[in-house]
Amino acid sequence: MTDDTIGGRGVNAPDVVRRDLSTEALLTVRDLRVEFGKKGQRPTTAVDEVTFEIRRGEHLGIVGESGSGKSVTSLAIMGLLPATGVRVSGQIMFDGEDLLAASEKRMRDVRGRDIAMIFQDPMTSLNPVVTIGTQISEVIRGHRDMGKAEANERAVELLRKVAMPDPGRRMKEYPHQLSGGMRQRVLIAIALANEPQLLIADEPTTALDVTIQAQILEILKQVVADTGTALIMITHDLGVVAGLCDSVHVMYQGRVVESAQRRPLFAEPRHPYTGGLLASVPRLDSPRGQPLKPIPGSPTDVLPWTQGCAFTPRCANRIDTCTEKTPALKIEGQRALRCFNPLTLSSAGGATP
Amino acid sequence: MTMAPPLMSPSDPMLGVDPEHGTSLWRGAWRRLRRNPVAILGALLVLAFVLIAVFASALAPYAANSREWASEVTLTSVPGPREGNLLGIDRYGSDLYSQLLYGARQSLIIGVVSTLLGLVVGAMLGILAGGLGAKVDMVVMRIVDILLSIPSLLLAVSIVAVLGQNRYAVMIAIASAQVPVFARLLRGTMLSQARSDYVLAATSLGLRRRTIVMGHVLPNSLGPTIVQATLNLSTAVIEVAALSFLGLGESDPAVAEWGRMLVAAQDRFASSPQLALWPGLAIAVSALGFTLLGEALREALDPKGRR
Amino acid sequence: MLRFVVRRLALMVPVLVGLSILLFVWIRALPGEPARSMLGQRATPEAIERINNLYGFNDPVLQQYFTYVGRLIRGDFGESTRNGDPVVSTFFDQFPATIELSFAALLFAIVLGIPLGYWAGRRVGGWLDNVIVSTSLLGVVTPVFFLAILLKLVFAEYLDWFPTSRRSDARIEATHITNFYVLDGLITREWDAAWDAIVHLILPGIALGTIPLAIIVRITRAAVADVMGEDYVRTAYSKGLDPAIIRNRHVMRNALLPVVTTIGLQTGLLLSGAVLTESVFEIGGIGRYLFEAISQRDYPVLQAYILFIALIFSIVNLLVDVSYGVIDPRVRVS
Repeated sequence: MTDDTIGGRGVNAPDVVRRDLSTEALLTVRDLRVEFGKKGQRPTTAVDEVTFEIRRGEHLGIVGESGSGKSVTSLAIMGLLPATGVRVSGQIMFDGEDLLAASEKRMRDVRGRDIAMIFQDPMTSLNPVVTIGTQISEVIRGHRDMGKAEANERAVELLRKVAMPDPGRRMKEYPHQLSGGMRQRVLIAIALANEPQLLIADEPTTALDVTIQAQILEILKQVVADTGTALIMITHDLGVVAGLCDSVHVMYQGRVVESAQRRPLFAEPRHPYTGGLLASVPRLDSPRGQPLKPIPGSPTDVLPWTQGCAFTPRCANRIDTCTEKTPALKIEGQRALRCFNPLTLSSAGGATP
Repeated sequence: MTMAPPLMSPSDPMLGVDPEHGTSLWRGAWRRLRRNPVAILGALLVLAFVLIAVFASALAPYAANSREWASEVTLTSVPGPREGNLLGIDRYGSDLYSQLLYGARQSLIIGVVSTLLGLVVGAMLGILAGGLGAKVDMVVMRIVDILLSIPSLLLAVSIVAVLGQNRYAVMIAIASAQVPVFARLLRGTMLSQARSDYVLAATSLGLRRRTIVMGHVLPNSLGPTIVQATLNLSTAVIEVAALSFLGLGESDPAVAEWGRMLVAAQDRFASSPQLALWPGLAIAVSALGFTLLGEALREALDPKGRR
Repeated sequence: MLRFVVRRLALMVPVLVGLSILLFVWIRALPGEPARSMLGQRATPEAIERINNLYGFNDPVLQQYFTYVGRLIRGDFGESTRNGDPVVSTFFDQFPATIELSFAALLFAIVLGIPLGYWAGRRVGGWLDNVIVSTSLLGVVTPVFFLAILLKLVFAEYLDWFPTSRRSDARIEATHITNFYVLDGLITREWDAAWDAIVHLILPGIALGTIPLAIIVRITRAAVADVMGEDYVRTAYSKGLDPAIIRNRHVMRNALLPVVTTIGLQTGLLLSGAVLTESVFEIGGIGRYLFEAISQRDYPVLQAYILFIALIFSIVNLLVDVSYGVIDPRVRVS
């Protein structure tokens, strides 16, 4: 990816949706809201007012702490939320079709063929009693009219593509015989088996050793680039976003608090939460000896969005308005921001070039 | 105690926290139990069963084994329900309803005593195996394997054969079938507890092994044991009847016993099915009570059940 | 895999040795002299003397034990005190009937139990789950002998849909080769005899199979509910696979592990239950023979049968462990 391609795409903020680019967008999520709750209980809102879109070949990052609703968003796109106890509303338009209105049978066709997903924990995401070969070839044969031998050949080829050593032998092995990094390669191979148009990667490197993380990211980057697949990278790690994504959405407690292109976001974070995230990440270009600043408090110190800004209890920039009104997502040029008292350039914790 | 290799470094901040210890587990379990209709139903059935057993002589309209209406019992017919005899007359001419009430006594006494006995002996074996190292564990578990390789009913039969036909023999017989169950359970929970982080933390703090076993491991293994004991009471009630059914139960004919009532009813099936129906139901319902209560307890104590 | 089997076989040895000691002690712990308890109360002094010499009851205890073990190894398990028949040959005459019954019961329990447990476990807390779980609770608490009596009363005597007792109808001519009546009927192509044998198995099979059924339902339900929450099942769904493949390859293959163990553990329960079921339905298997041996204090028979049954039990457990290895590749390596 070169910088000018990034600059050319100002499509992630909600104002873009109003400009009606739906013919260009591969996936458009509009006002997604997910509520969990058993019958008779007051539902809890896991995701609300989530709106974004992604174009073919684009790489989009969704960033937030655990519990911010990023994984729920991806499961909603896949149609993998449990059938009972969950209410999903809004719109998920994929290639001109509303996936929220699609039948389960239709979703089965979409999953694994048009949209694929890589999950967080490679140690538990592969079936322990089925060979690697079967786990790859079954997704090929599930969506294509292909014989067993041919599917196996394709599976070996996929394993080679994700730089699996000795792919032929791995086909007959079981997950417990593979290391975590190798298992994640298998999961990537499975996800890319049918050359999907969209790949959702939910914290694909979090469970891996730090040394393996870079390797896996590199492989992921390469295979995605090779096939022109659009990528939604879900992560809590801004470092992952920095090396991979064109645009970034920062989520907090189920809502998007800031969206921007990667470069401006890193250079000039406006939301105090984004600023805090950036300040807590070690950077090569920060002055020597400058301490890392963690965000105070924990994601459990929250105010419900209905009573103000959820980040208020942890926010250094809070003003009285923050606990009086719910901030709306406001569009300012290429950026969308949900904050009453955003950071200014000087107070921003981001990189000051 | 056999310690698993440390999974975490002693400096891990998660250490030293005992997630299950303290009163919150039991208080939470009690709260869940009170709200669970299954638990309430089970508790009511068990309560009814115990009350009937204890107050049988006050509740029963007639004396046990009175044989008052023996003259009315013929080869082809037994008097059915009528005024004065709620459920009719039994095979030997006593009031069937009264006999049923007295029968609860036998099931309760033998059931409770044998389960307690099985629990105590099994728990001791389990604690030996789980708490005294690999060698003791090896020996105890082989003994348990041997006991487990004999079907419980045959084990009970062999013991009654040695000890003679009386209620104490029946108690020991049923208890011995429960011993391996409790031993395995307690050993298993203790070993898994021993592997947990809080035990590691306690060890790293220099606590004595005995203190850890008694103060931490054992209390945490109590939950599954209580659940199992409640469930075993249900099995015990059925086994008391099964042994009688095989002719190995209480030998004193004056004692009313559900299993024996079923045997006596067998040759009067076609004409008087109620003779088999009532004692059978009595066994099933009292077993159901203990099972429901045990299941509800398990659910209440299982942290996974808190979803 | 072979090494795994051999190691498992080696583990059986101490159990069997321990059991032989236990049974040896047991027969000597019986009230009265062993010879009298073997022969019964009406035994003449001559007969007792004969037994004492035959079994070496006058020898030192240790020597007696080794004599006993030596006899066991040679396949001499003693004789019935009731009719003097060698225990081994009686056992193998009756064994097919019990195996057939247990097999029918287990078949009933598995064929019905696994799908029911699957449906319940798919939606824990749903109405289907509630119905299945409460029904299975009833299955667990109903005593085998009561259920057997009830089924016989309703379906055989009152409705007359099934035969009341025995393994076959005396009016149907059948050739018996293996003493497995259903199998015999199939081998000899005497279809009516095979069908007759099946019809005779239905009620006892249901009576004996109900408790295993209830247990299998509950274990399958719990296992399926657990597996449904696993990440790899989510992966399988994210692949857009056919629901049947997700069910069979991803859910059931993993959920079966605890179910297989449970099925193995049912052996003891089945044999205990067979004693009771066979006595109600007058089926001439080892259960009924044991019942008679119990009521007539035929100790050599009891002693030998307990040993046989324990041996069968151990072999079944071995098979369970082996099949475990077949299902779960992780077991094979460790």
